Amino acid sequence: MHAIFILWLREVKKYTRSRAQIVASLGQPLLYLLVLGFGLGPVFQQAGNGSYLQFVAPGVIGMTVLFTSVFSGIALLFDRQFGFLKETLVAPVPRIRIMIGRTLGGATVAMLQGTLIFVVCLIAGFRPVSLSSIPLGFVFMALIAIVFAAFGTAIGSGLQDMQGFQLIMNFLVLPIFFLSGALYPLHNLPKVLAAVTRLDPLSYGVDGLRGVLTGRLMVFGTGTDLLALTLIAVVLLIFGAWRFSKIEI
Amino acid sequence: MIRVQNLVKKFADFTAVNDVSFAVPRGEIFAFLGPNGAGKTTTIKMLTTLLPPTSGRLQLNGLDPIRQPNEVRQQFGIVFQDPSLDGDLTAAENLELHGVLYHVPRKVRRERAEILLKLFELWDRKDTLVKKFSGGMKRRLEIARGFLHTPKILFLDEPTLGLDPQSRNQLWTHVKRLNETEQVTVFLTTHYMEEADRVAHRIAVIDHGRIVAMGSSQELKRQTKTESLEEAFLALTGTTIRDETANPSDQLRQVAQMWRR
Repeated sequence: MHAIFILWLREVKKYTRSRAQIVASLGQPLLYLLVLGFGLGPVFQQAGNGSYLQFVAPGVIGMTVLFTSVFSGIALLFDRQFGFLKETLVAPVPRIRIMIGRTLGGATVAMLQGTLIFVVCLIAGFRPVSLSSIPLGFVFMALIAIVFAAFGTAIGSGLQDMQGFQLIMNFLVLPIFFLSGALYPLHNLPKVLAAVTRLDPLSYGVDGLRGVLTGRLMVFGTGTDLLALTLIAVVLLIFGAWRFSKIEI
Repeated sequence: MIRVQNLVKKFADFTAVNDVSFAVPRGEIFAFLGPNGAGKTTTIKMLTTLLPPTSGRLQLNGLDPIRQPNEVRQQFGIVFQDPSLDGDLTAAENLELHGVLYHVPRKVRRERAEILLKLFELWDRKDTLVKKFSGGMKRRLEIARGFLHTPKILFLDEPTLGLDPQSRNQLWTHVKRLNETEQVTVFLTTHYMEEADRVAHRIAVIDHGRIVAMGSSQELKRQTKTESLEEAFLALTGTTIRDETANPSDQLRQVAQMWRR
């Protein structure tokens, strides 16, 4: 238990110490929120879908949690580069605990970052339907964070260099974001696109987050979203732990 | 304390360690010398549970690294060839994290951390982020960390690589002192012959995965009829230069070194 806690604490400490990085990581979500939010607003309104800011804010929160958690998992690559990974692998602690500590730490950091963006959304004019919807919103944030932190760990365990990292960003993480319905509604899509969006774990996260926070009609429904995310989280945690156990230095 | 019998490690196309046997008694400083690619690091990796051997028997303090990895890990401390500290944490936090991972009770780990940081002259920098440390300070901290959980065995894999003579001198002084006061068995590798000559009780020379000679510095010199350990080493291993192809971890090491500047 202590080992899990200290590795979790390490992730959180590193996050709270990297002020410059926190500010920098606000840039992208702000662009989506403000430029897309206000830029696409009029078109969205005319199409009869209501306020785009209101629509896109949960998507941007989901995106932030996605990027932060995947990145924290892939940070394994940096620990490998700077050697710290070896220190944890020769320690008399089963690898599964090391993996869980790191992953929970990464998920916590993603939650903190998501909360920060949530506050930014509120300042920009986003209004949740009710205060009581917020706790369930955080449950969804937590599930997205765990799913993608485990996903990041699974990928980071196999990465050897920076080129691989670029590949993952462009061919896995960005598609996960663009196919999730974070930026556009998943209703009435072409069949192929609709099918692909249903394979994307983040679709369920964004759908849940948006449905809960804004009260909009959901694509899948709260129950389905919770179930799907929980199942995916379990599968990815097991997969990530297995991949982590296979690391050779 | 360390017992190795007929140890073999084969990778796909070559044999890195070929039928190596040796034993290191408690409290001894044992040096493992050899040219690049001779199998030193591979042997250390197998002893420290990072790599499973192809065949042969290993024992550390009577425990088997393959069947009891976590018990074995509790027995030793290790300083790797390249740094393994977390630069975003302070010196004290690095030690704290290590202490927790090695199940050192809170009170003991605070006390040991203070003693070791003072010994390695890092106490007044304990709350500085490690990334602001010089190379020598990082090495000292790593060795201090290796001692934190009072290991029975300390592995040092080229611990003085890239250090200035002052830091090297100081480092070996500390290692020798802790070897004497805490009866720690030390297993080291280095490319600096005069270091091995100075600190090691016994030396094994390994080349192409085989041990070609073993004994005290005196015995090796007598055996090869040479004046210095360096000459003895060259007499045993020849003068050809070993070129290794860089594997991904070497490339990473280069990148990491670039980033650090």
